[in-house]
Amino acid sequence: MSVIISGLLLGGTYALIAVGLTMQYGVSRIMNLANGENLVFACFVAFWLFTTFAINPILGIVLIVPLAFVLNWLIYTYAMRPLVDRAKNRGQLEVDSILATFGLLFILQGIMKLTFGGGYFNYNFLAVPVTIMGSNYGLNRIVAFIAAAVIAGALYLFLNHTRYGTAIRAVAVDPVSAGLVAIDVPRASAFAFALGGALTAASGALLSTFYTFNADMGIIFTMKALIIVIMGGVGDVRGAVLAALLLGLAETAVATFIDPGLTIAATYALFMLVLLFRPQGIFGKRPS
Amino acid sequence: MTWLNEKERRIAGFAAIAFGVVALLPLVDQGYYLSISVNIVMYVVLCTAWTLFSGPTHYISLATAAFFGIGTYTVALGIDTVPFPLLLVIAALASGLLACVVGIATLRLSGIYFVIFTLGLAELVRQVVTWLQTNFSSSLGLYVFTDFGEQHIYWMLLGLAAIVYITGWLINRSRLGFAMQIIGNDETVAKHVGIDTARAKVILFIISGAFIGIVGAILAPRFSYVQPPSAFNPMISFQVVIMALLGGTKRIWGPLLGVIPFTILFDQVTAYFPNHTSFVIGIAFMAIVYLLPQGVLGRLEDLVRLRKRFRMVSAEEGNNP
Amino acid sequence: MSAAILSLDHATKAFGGLIAVNDLSFSLQDGELLGLIGPNGSGKTTVLNLISGALKPTSGSISLGGTEIAGQPAHKIARLGIARTFQLVRILPSLTAEQNVVAGGVFGHVRSWGVEAHDRARLLLERVGLSGRGDSPTSSMTYIDQKRLELARALAANPKVLLLDEWLAGLNPSELKIGIDLIRELRNDGISIIMVEHVMDAIRSLCDRCVVMSSGLKIADGDVHGVLADPEVIRAYLGDDHA
Repeated sequence: MSVIISGLLLGGTYALIAVGLTMQYGVSRIMNLANGENLVFACFVAFWLFTTFAINPILGIVLIVPLAFVLNWLIYTYAMRPLVDRAKNRGQLEVDSILATFGLLFILQGIMKLTFGGGYFNYNFLAVPVTIMGSNYGLNRIVAFIAAAVIAGALYLFLNHTRYGTAIRAVAVDPVSAGLVAIDVPRASAFAFALGGALTAASGALLSTFYTFNADMGIIFTMKALIIVIMGGVGDVRGAVLAALLLGLAETAVATFIDPGLTIAATYALFMLVLLFRPQGIFGKRPS
Repeated sequence: MTWLNEKERRIAGFAAIAFGVVALLPLVDQGYYLSISVNIVMYVVLCTAWTLFSGPTHYISLATAAFFGIGTYTVALGIDTVPFPLLLVIAALASGLLACVVGIATLRLSGIYFVIFTLGLAELVRQVVTWLQTNFSSSLGLYVFTDFGEQHIYWMLLGLAAIVYITGWLINRSRLGFAMQIIGNDETVAKHVGIDTARAKVILFIISGAFIGIVGAILAPRFSYVQPPSAFNPMISFQVVIMALLGGTKRIWGPLLGVIPFTILFDQVTAYFPNHTSFVIGIAFMAIVYLLPQGVLGRLEDLVRLRKRFRMVSAEEGNNP
Repeated sequence: MSAAILSLDHATKAFGGLIAVNDLSFSLQDGELLGLIGPNGSGKTTVLNLISGALKPTSGSISLGGTEIAGQPAHKIARLGIARTFQLVRILPSLTAEQNVVAGGVFGHVRSWGVEAHDRARLLLERVGLSGRGDSPTSSMTYIDQKRLELARALAANPKVLLLDEWLAGLNPSELKIGIDLIRELRNDGISIIMVEHVMDAIRSLCDRCVVMSSGLKIADGDVHGVLADPEVIRAYLGDDHA
């Protein structure tokens, strides 16, 4: 039982990271491999706000999210847009965006290493045990899970019940047709990229409350988020959430019952199964 | 059809002489220059093997570190009981097998799945190896004691480089090479002219992975003490991508143009600015995407084309004054 | 009467809820030139995609000379002797014209390689009207030349059945005449052909028989002139008022 609850709590944060990535890839068509660095950057900012100004990380999100939004908007406009414009086909854009975001990944990593060094960081925030059904869980984990659920819920409402949300979903389905019905596709793409970055940053801030982080670990999160996105089906928010919870469960189970050093192996085992049996994602339709 | 035409014979002769001259280096220097040359030749083989697969398919493989590590581990595990040449063969088979499994799982699907899968492959293998070692053996590291000096590693790598170049050249002349060219142009057409595209890609990935595994095996004696984090160093994968693309992947010798300058640059940066290596890697990726999308090779070919056109124009002007 | 070389038996293709090809049955006789016509969106290209293996049928069977091919991957079907051209011409841009044609013959059902393949490619280029153009880069070719090249590539496989997907579309009147003559020659050589086409003049002057589709269903099958006079066919094309 405690494995299930811990797994779900971890999965909740993964879900938010993956939803951020699926916005960037599903809508803006940019495979952002620097997404994990975005996350770690937010961890550091939350850490810095908390330790220097004693700003509560939950409040810190209010500062971090707009900052990440603007930063990602600028990245899209100045670094990614030129690639979109020059790409002759989707394959070329994929290769270009992968390489460019690798560049971004290492530059961001370099900045963080120079600023904060290569050590591990954590801080104490709401590290109070809460007892659920006989086992103890950190209050910070529970708060992070609730915050992630609230943010994901708000995103769901935005995408499904507002005009602009509908426009973004239209771009996700087919950018060319979306352009034909007078949706400003470049702007919607930039918005989705920035929003995706902001969501990832929010999950970074939440993660920093209970997770020990360092400047090098972004790529592990990018990898997990990518696998979640593929498992859930590209652009599918519902699928991403379910896949994230599954991954959280699988990782916690492997760490508890076999070895904590095998979490990537667990992730890959799941990924392999999906690739072999449902490459279109858990909820995806068979491609025709 | 003759086996080699005039031009090919000239290139082969020139290449043989170049290899001969380069092979003399250890007689001149046994220190820094030999050491950096080992690095250069190592990356030449890695990048050329990488290009065999990624050049025509445009699939960005980050699996290099995994194949390399498997090669290194094969030697580390078997050095006391199995003769070294046989270990090279086992290394090739083991990494080829891994390439086969990864290829079958991902190469039927679009390129993005492949990139994601290879991105964490080295980390995955590292975790599994670490877990096996902690649970089924006494220590985390393995000693590799051999009589090989730096110069022997250098010569073995040079020999392997020659084999990789010849293999690449033979593939380019074969049906498989032609199939890859068609796949690179238009995969739909490839399927409809009767090419089993998934099979062709998997075969090439196996060949590429096997060569990378051999490089890891040859390099093992250089480590003397092999541990999972050093054998499965993910940076190797990224550096190989950078150097190969920086040079250019349209021709088999293209990566050479990227390997030599980048290895020297990276060596200098690591020596004098060890905290800035991430920036160098990051900036190199950016430079490839925004400044050199076809690599140095592409720029050279543009220049050659411009010169030809210039000559043609001036010849015409000469004819009609 | 000669035997059927290709036959579709209750072939159906559904994309989610949309049924693009609905319970379609027809057969192609050996050496026949069959026109497959119908209004836009009636499922003609989907039928070619099912036959060539670009798509898998949801149900039903397709057989080539008695061999079941429904659901086989495209490369296997190509190796069994079905070659095609594409609605939007698909040339291999980094190869020369001659290599483009060679590509069609190397992996197909009659495999050639080396000098022999190149000799054959030159002959085929000559045949489609591109003699001496083997070394020219394909990017500088006109639209009709690219279409000719694509046809030569399909012929290089020495196919039993050739599928032409709107091969005549987009040609000007004089090019059209050349194109029609070319297809006629192919038929006279005994290649079995299915052509999806909107150019009715071509259908009238070339086809032995035609199959008409509307909304995924076969609505007529038979002699060209009879079929084109069928009120249901006219209704499908022009609406109720004209029937």
